Amino acid sequence: MTMPILSTVTFIPLVGALAILFINGKNEQLIRIVTLATALVDFIVSLGLYTGFNDATADMQFVERIPWIPRFGAEYYLGVDGISLLMVLLTTFTCVVTYLSTWKAVEKNVKEFNIAMLLLQTAMIGVFCALDFVLFYVFWEMMLIPMYLLIGVWGGKRRIYATVKFFIYTMAGSVLMLLAILALYFQYHAKTGVYSFDILKYYGMGLSPVLQFWLFLCFFIAFAIKVPLWPFHTWLPDAHVEAPTAGSVILAGILLKMGTYGFLRFSLPLFPDAAVSAAWWISWVAIIGIIYGALVAMVQEDIKKLVAYSSVSHLGFVVLGTFAFTLHGIEGGVLQMINHGISTGALFLIVGMLYERRHTREITEYGGIARVMPKFAVVFMIVTLSSIGLPLTNGFVGEFMVLLGVFEANRVYAAFAATGVIFGAVYMLWMFQRVMFGEVTNEKNKTLLDMSVREFAYMTPLLVAIFVLGVYPNPVIKKMEATVKNLVVTMEKGKAAAKNESPAPLVAKIDPDGKRD
Amino acid sequence: MQIVFPVIDLASVAPEIILTVFASLLLFSGVFLKENGRAVNPWLALVGVLAAGAYASCPAVPPPHTSFSGMYAADRFTQFFKLIFLLGTGLTILISARYTDDERINHGEYYALILFSTVGMMFMAAGSDMITIFMGLELLSISLYVLAGYTRMRAESNEAALKYFLLGGFAAGFLLYGMALIYGSTGHTGLAGIAKAVSHGNPNTTFLTIGALMLMVGLGFKVAAVPFHQWTPDVYQGSPIPVTAFMSAGPKAAVLAVMIRVFEQSVSFMNVDWLMWLSVLAVMTMTVGNIAALAQTDAKRMLAFSSISHAGYALVGLAAANRSGISAVMVYMLVYTFTNIAAFGILALVARRNEQRTRMQDFTGLAYTNPGLAAVMTVLVFSLAGIPPMGGFMAKFYVFMSAMESGQHLLVFAAVVNSAIGIFYYLRFTVYMYMRESDEQLPPLRASMGLLLAIVISLYGVFRLGIIPGDYLEMAGKALLSF
Repeated sequence: MTMPILSTVTFIPLVGALAILFINGKNEQLIRIVTLATALVDFIVSLGLYTGFNDATADMQFVERIPWIPRFGAEYYLGVDGISLLMVLLTTFTCVVTYLSTWKAVEKNVKEFNIAMLLLQTAMIGVFCALDFVLFYVFWEMMLIPMYLLIGVWGGKRRIYATVKFFIYTMAGSVLMLLAILALYFQYHAKTGVYSFDILKYYGMGLSPVLQFWLFLCFFIAFAIKVPLWPFHTWLPDAHVEAPTAGSVILAGILLKMGTYGFLRFSLPLFPDAAVSAAWWISWVAIIGIIYGALVAMVQEDIKKLVAYSSVSHLGFVVLGTFAFTLHGIEGGVLQMINHGISTGALFLIVGMLYERRHTREITEYGGIARVMPKFAVVFMIVTLSSIGLPLTNGFVGEFMVLLGVFEANRVYAAFAATGVIFGAVYMLWMFQRVMFGEVTNEKNKTLLDMSVREFAYMTPLLVAIFVLGVYPNPVIKKMEATVKNLVVTMEKGKAAAKNESPAPLVAKIDPDGKRD
Repeated sequence: MQIVFPVIDLASVAPEIILTVFASLLLFSGVFLKENGRAVNPWLALVGVLAAGAYASCPAVPPPHTSFSGMYAADRFTQFFKLIFLLGTGLTILISARYTDDERINHGEYYALILFSTVGMMFMAAGSDMITIFMGLELLSISLYVLAGYTRMRAESNEAALKYFLLGGFAAGFLLYGMALIYGSTGHTGLAGIAKAVSHGNPNTTFLTIGALMLMVGLGFKVAAVPFHQWTPDVYQGSPIPVTAFMSAGPKAAVLAVMIRVFEQSVSFMNVDWLMWLSVLAVMTMTVGNIAALAQTDAKRMLAFSSISHAGYALVGLAAANRSGISAVMVYMLVYTFTNIAAFGILALVARRNEQRTRMQDFTGLAYTNPGLAAVMTVLVFSLAGIPPMGGFMAKFYVFMSAMESGQHLLVFAAVVNSAIGIFYYLRFTVYMYMRESDEQLPPLRASMGLLLAIVISLYGVFRLGIIPGDYLEMAGKALLSF
């Protein structure tokens, strides 16, 4: 029997968390080392996924499958395809960087903090690997508790408001999704006579357009909250501003990707017809998000809030690319998910560095920082340019592919979305200018220390990733190519179906089969 | 007239007999034991529960049958519920040990009453005849009336007992009158006989319907379903905390067991749309319980309302009216028993002597003074809220699934919305424990041996049923084969 590598990757952090449980809370350094070591081991093991992955096929790989709850037909069923493979790698990578960054930032309840982080990591990896709906939902909800505590315990002044809002929003979406999952389950049983929560079996089930529409809507709202798409985004700025740096990095880097991943894993392949007929309004919602997020980011006084709103804008691109249903659009979307994780994660780390030194995030408090912290200025500049999408950085490749893909599908969308790129440059560069350039006007800023070795240590991997993906993104694109192609073929069928049949009516009964016993 | 003596089938009522024997022993303890020897009481009661549990879970129990002339059903269904009751009773005794010492109510009678009420619950679950059901219910209720007022120096406790007694007596009247009407129109007290008369005979439908409605009101009162819940908040708040914990789990399960037997088995074929009424009852119970809980500042009262809403979720399973619905209710009550009693146990500890500190604020900063307890409490409230990987999630999931299966989409929707509302007030515990810091200086809390044991058992149950629930679900499913 081969080693169950996906389970290993998923549960290494849990083992680490359990180990920390038995360390005395006063021994903070040991706890930090154990956490970091756990994440490093996990990352190294996950590299084995990358090397062992066969990129010629769209099938699930490294599959592990054992019965779990026979009464429901639920299984312990893990597997990755090209897209989830990349997400798993993004997670293990980001976690290493994040844990290193918390070394000094978190001083209160270190033990609990590290346990929460590791539990979160297990849940996140689990979400990307799960191929059984019950298992998926368990991991999906499991993410909530540690994140809730991360913001609520280690957050800023309004942390309680922010974290409860985060929890309630996400939960509201999740329960809708639960309803839809149950509906799918019984539909599948009605069609085949088998009780199963196997996600892949639900693909191509041939649901009626009306049913597809309602189920699609349930999933859509759950994921749109998570992304977050305008107008479901209001929890995000609050959560980001109040979260500790590590929480923000994880939130921006990985948790937001759950939503867009959900679109790719569920919304598109499960309900291709509904997705095609909903594409126009989702595209507009995404475009509004892109422009709105950018405009709001422009007027922020708080750097962290600015970055938070920029996330709304960036993820609008991902959704737009996804719902273009073209090879370039979807590939660009996935790439942009990774890029956003790296760039925005790095931005939050940079904001965190400033905050640790000055304990404020007001842009007006800064100015001329480049003179006192020259090395920091270089790093900040690179990250800023990557976020804007300058050629040679990762952001360029992703944005370009998304725009190309959208252009192939609809030129108007592409034109509107492109304005978002310009706005992005405006708010990022303007912020950079106000914080870094000019004279040092504030006395307190004159004595700031430049980046430490540890800070370089966790920024370097991110900088390397920015350039590598910017210059040679092929290793990443190749891994997902087969999977995305397969998805595009599915969507082509959906488009054909949408042309032949009349689109799903907007007003329909919620109880389409009307059975009741 | 010839009198036929029923077969005396002691084997199937052995758990009840064991409990009764131990309860009687406990009654003597007050006479023979000195003040300092009373520490033995809870452990003696616990031995009784364990012995009964060992017998009840023994696989060598004879195959399903009814005994005592069809008045007592010894089947897997009864067995499953018996185990729930014994679990609830055992956990209650564990969290009572310290409490009864502190409040100076460590009398043998306290534990004896708990055991007697457990016997009552067992007869209810096993009742295949309305007479058995009523006897069990009265044994349970009267014991509970006394227990509610057991801290007799506290005015609230006295108030609780009196309220419970008056309203409970009234509800019992409804129940009995309903039973009489059903008997009058079908000529049977046995559930099987009633079922036969309903489907084949020619019962007087008007009286049958009125009778069944009254039965529903009476049982609805006992399970604290809205709109028959008015007594619950005050009684739950006034009773000693371990008694509240006890009342919130086992007795509710017992009444649900009766509802399952009565409504699913025998009177379900009548012209009144039972499922609709059950659905309405379920939705009202969930919603009112949750919304009222939102407004509470007292943790004990909040948990009281939360237990109302949980009865609502269980009723959803009942309203699903299919096999999976019934086994979902059974699993639900099992998980709820595992979760809720330990939560009350922690509340009792936080409340300190005389239940002075039961407000939500009194949990402030618990994560810093007692990190372990706070972590356990977090797990328990998240389980109550229905968040994986805790058992509460699996239970809710199963209930929702069963209702979905029977096509009651709107009911599931209401339940799902409710569980989202519920999360809001459960989160408040964690907000107080983790996110605020206390400025009071109080002596640290030390959990008793009993509480620690209860916590270990609860955590085991919560995670076991949340992560690998398979075999328990099978057990609940098989329990229905006898139906």
